[in-house]
Amino acid sequence: MSEHGPAGGVPEDSAMAPTGMGGAMDLAAEEGASLEKRPGPDGTGPEAKPRSLWSDAWRDLRRNPVFLISALIILFLVVISLWPSLIASRDPLDCDLANAQKGSAPGHPFGFDGQGCDVYTRTVYGARASVTVGVCATLGVALLGSVLGGLAGFFGGFWDAILSRVTDIFFAIPVVLGGLVLLSVVTSSTVWPVIGFIVLLGWPQISRIARGAVITAKQNDYVQAARALGASNSRMLLRHITPNAVAPVIVVATIALGTYIALEATLSYLGVGLKPPTVSWGIDISSASQIIRTAPHALLWPAGALAITVLAFIMLGDAVRDALDPKLR
Amino acid sequence: MGRYVIRRLLQMIPVFIGATLLIFLMVNVMGDPIAGLCGDRQCDPATAAQLRKEFGLDKPVWQQYLTYMGNVFTGDLGTAFNGQQVTELMADSWPITARLTLIAILIELVVGITLGVVTGLRRGRPVDTGVLLATLVVISIPTFVTGLLLQLLLGVKWGWIKPAVSTDAEFSELLVPGLVLASLSLAYVTRLTRTSIAENRRADYIRTAIAKGVPRRRVVVRHLLRNSLIPVVTFIGTDIGALMGGAIVTERIFNIHGVGYQLYQGILRQNTQTVVGFVTVLVLVFLVANLLVDLLYAVLDPRIRYV
Amino acid sequence: MRGASHAKWAAGAVAVALAATACGGGDDSGGGGGGGGGDGVVRSSWGDPQNPLEPANTNEVQGGKVMDMIFRGLKRYDPKTGKAEDMLAEKFATKDSTTFTVTVKDGWTFSNGEKVTAKSFVDAWNYGASLKNNQKNAYFFGYIEGYEKVHPESGKQSADTLSGLKATGPRTFTVKLNQKFSTWPETLGYAAFAPLPQAFFKNHAAWVKKPVGNGPYTVRSYRKGSQMSLRKWAKYPGSDKARNDGVDLKVYTDNNTAYTDLTAGNLDLVDDVPAAQLRNVRADLGDRYLNTPAGIIQTLAFPFYDKDWPDDAKGAKLRKGLSMAINRKQITETIFQKTRTPATDWTSPVLGEDGGYKPGLCGDACDYKPAEARKLVKEGGGLPGGQVKIGYNADTGSHKDWVDAVCNSINKALGQSKACVGNPTGTFADFRNKTSQQKMDGPFRAGWQMDYPLIQNFLQPLYYTNASSNDGKWSNKEFDKLVNEANAESDAAAAVKKFQQAEEVVRDNMAAIPLWYQNGSAGYSDRVSDVALNPFSVPVYNEIKVG
Repeated sequence: MSEHGPAGGVPEDSAMAPTGMGGAMDLAAEEGASLEKRPGPDGTGPEAKPRSLWSDAWRDLRRNPVFLISALIILFLVVISLWPSLIASRDPLDCDLANAQKGSAPGHPFGFDGQGCDVYTRTVYGARASVTVGVCATLGVALLGSVLGGLAGFFGGFWDAILSRVTDIFFAIPVVLGGLVLLSVVTSSTVWPVIGFIVLLGWPQISRIARGAVITAKQNDYVQAARALGASNSRMLLRHITPNAVAPVIVVATIALGTYIALEATLSYLGVGLKPPTVSWGIDISSASQIIRTAPHALLWPAGALAITVLAFIMLGDAVRDALDPKLR
Repeated sequence: MGRYVIRRLLQMIPVFIGATLLIFLMVNVMGDPIAGLCGDRQCDPATAAQLRKEFGLDKPVWQQYLTYMGNVFTGDLGTAFNGQQVTELMADSWPITARLTLIAILIELVVGITLGVVTGLRRGRPVDTGVLLATLVVISIPTFVTGLLLQLLLGVKWGWIKPAVSTDAEFSELLVPGLVLASLSLAYVTRLTRTSIAENRRADYIRTAIAKGVPRRRVVVRHLLRNSLIPVVTFIGTDIGALMGGAIVTERIFNIHGVGYQLYQGILRQNTQTVVGFVTVLVLVFLVANLLVDLLYAVLDPRIRYV
Repeated sequence: MRGASHAKWAAGAVAVALAATACGGGDDSGGGGGGGGGDGVVRSSWGDPQNPLEPANTNEVQGGKVMDMIFRGLKRYDPKTGKAEDMLAEKFATKDSTTFTVTVKDGWTFSNGEKVTAKSFVDAWNYGASLKNNQKNAYFFGYIEGYEKVHPESGKQSADTLSGLKATGPRTFTVKLNQKFSTWPETLGYAAFAPLPQAFFKNHAAWVKKPVGNGPYTVRSYRKGSQMSLRKWAKYPGSDKARNDGVDLKVYTDNNTAYTDLTAGNLDLVDDVPAAQLRNVRADLGDRYLNTPAGIIQTLAFPFYDKDWPDDAKGAKLRKGLSMAINRKQITETIFQKTRTPATDWTSPVLGEDGGYKPGLCGDACDYKPAEARKLVKEGGGLPGGQVKIGYNADTGSHKDWVDAVCNSINKALGQSKACVGNPTGTFADFRNKTSQQKMDGPFRAGWQMDYPLIQNFLQPLYYTNASSNDGKWSNKEFDKLVNEANAESDAAAAVKKFQQAEEVVRDNMAAIPLWYQNGSAGYSDRVSDVALNPFSVPVYNEIKVG
């Protein structure tokens, strides 16, 4: 057991000398910490103004081409979500069955779907509902899940037991059942009930991931050191644990974003998702799946749009994670 | 450690009661299931009333729940609307689902972790980009389509597999369905491993190990991987139950009469006893899986201790 | 870019898969490999029956398949014409269209050797009618005197047997009806009227596990939820002996999977080709595809209990306008690939014109006339709230596709892109609850599968005041009167005429919008021949030849 891991990293030993795991990080973090703690002329940083980890990260991000590309794609998605008519002049609900499943035609570059609707127009108009659902649900899940999971992992003991068992119960609710019960009573035709539902059923997973990450992170020498130096709980959580526990949460959340957009389609398939005539990628993907053998192009475009969205957020997640990891500097 | 495990096992009791009650209420909220049994016509009221009585649906919910729990402790999990015992349904479907899940988890572990290590060590290289693209495909193309295409290719065109799994659902028949089922989780496992590896490979202990002259393979497997597995193990712990109960699409495409399918049918037919029975077992699976995961934390990172 | 290479991959995969299925049909080397069974055994797809397999408890096609193989009743509907032919009945005698004396043919036995007697019928019918047995088809016995005692609408039953039912000899029994019903014997082809052996009553649990009947097949093994193996009963006394050695019914989780298994040569017969595969059927199966009329009509019913949808002249105009905004031809051809036929009356072609089917009875109102539709909707006061919502259940039958198509058609005709939207309900049970408890707020899908091929069955249960399936609660004195007169008519042709007059009342008020007649569809392997579907869209298994 002793030959692996942070060699001889017994917390008590390293508490005094933060040379254990991730040395550079520790130094930077401690530096920032001590600066804030004792603001004043004795700042030892290279710059006069104290730099926090977060501002460092932001500086890094702005220079990262991966971040810039992903931000550009996301900006584009936001713009067409808000003003789809900028790049699509037709009505997504104007469908002529006579064109059903036909390939591309003049003015209809992506062809038609099973109902004879223009695939291009629907893909553009589908962005609004899908991006909203994907982003908002992911944010909600990530926030709720990482807060609850993080606290459970950090404090352990009684609160961990309570929170973890609640997660266990939530895990067990089948999506189909939950959707039919909770969403069938909803009459609102907005995306919010769907988002709320996804958050409600989605947080346990992130919560478990965050809890595991926090449990690992709090064993690190510098955390133990900070504790020994009398740092408060909130300070330790924010300054030392979060940056080190955030990576797996980001990874799961960025992939989940794509699955939530698809989940919306499952809910619509059950008749409890977005109410017609809402246009979304999820709905179009799921109906195009049925005709995959005769009209694959109908699937290709909404699925491609979904893929690009997920790609943008995965890249964004990667960039953010890299920026938060001083070892990579 | 022993006391910790016992405490965790004791916690299962309130969770069990809470989960059954919750699911019981949820199915009840869906309304009267009898109307669905008579086809596109109204059930004659007398028969409907009689059926309701037979399934205990005429009693208040709390009384139904107590009766149900009372029966559970005598081993009677009730009857589905088609007259089949829920225990019988479970005996048929759980072993199949257990096999399918095992295959899926193995694929996630072997393929996912391997790809994760490779891409984590070669960030930004072509192999990393290639795996990322595959990940995007898996996320954006529905399981229904990947499953169907595999079925058509391997089952119909090349005849390597039978498109539909037989009633016995042996391991060999479940390989392709297992792959389809695992595909999405594979994306998670790969990227989680990749990120952890990339993060940890710069850690001091790795540098130390390399400096000491430990062979590269040994560094990767014994030091790097072991310390990178916690998020992966956590994810798989949450995934087991999801794979078991949520394999609806995969099970339907490949004709697998497993838990996901039965649960789905039970929910659509609003059959409380089937749904509560299956979900209860799922809760137990989650509890055990999460307990194992927590114990694994201590194995993977000895600094973590339970008391 | 990345998107492009991704697109290429997907396109490639699809192309390969397309190629795969195009040549899939040829490969049938499997023989009996798939489902066990011998060379002469038909391997057929099946769905798990919803209810326990008892004749009077089977109300859907999946259970109906088994009933059709293991039971023969007094009458049998000719698989081709749908006409009720005598099977076990030697003769029916009646003087007043109320009391019938039935004589059972000699020489029939159950497959366990027990003789089929008058008692086999009387006991079976009493069982089926009795409330305590929970038989979902009990209402079939509702015309027999004493039904209200064994099956009261509420409370406890005061009798266990029908007073109108008496065995008068080993092969004769009398049936007294509670009203005149001249064509009553024609209803007896339904499975609910099958005879039952004593084993059914003595050891019911064992019987349900492995049913015993008097049809051309016997049940060899039954594994609930996965497979039922039926074998030819060599000593079957009837003329419609099985022409194959048996049938293996295999339960599939999805009819798409069954279809794929058929194209892979692991299955011989799929009797419900999924809508998504209809475009591929010719390529996959060539001529081995059936598309024959069945006694099913799909309509849009209206909530006449809702003040927005009143049963008055204005409302009728609105409904007629909606009907004329639906391009039935295009939808049946595109969405259903001609497995539905545009409806032009409220019955079904399987009745035949003698039986009361009258094509064109609906007239203009069932034609697609967008301009007139717009006009009528306007005259009818416009759409209530500016939008119609078509109710359907999302869980079975892929209704979403056609509801969306109907809505698109209405939107196009009315020139508004949101005039019509689908309004899905999650589960069938919930949908049924909403319709039967009068909670719908717009038109909703109504499908009707006939119980027996009589025009009466397409009208009375659906449109008679407070009838069991009159979910829209439509009520019309004129219609009720004509139906009563028709039922009292002893001459069949005259009765049909009266029913058609009643149907005209339905038309004039547009009590429901007829959409299309549903066909039965089936695909089969080249191992089998002589495959046909009867008017109930159940395969005629006993006529299938193997090899």
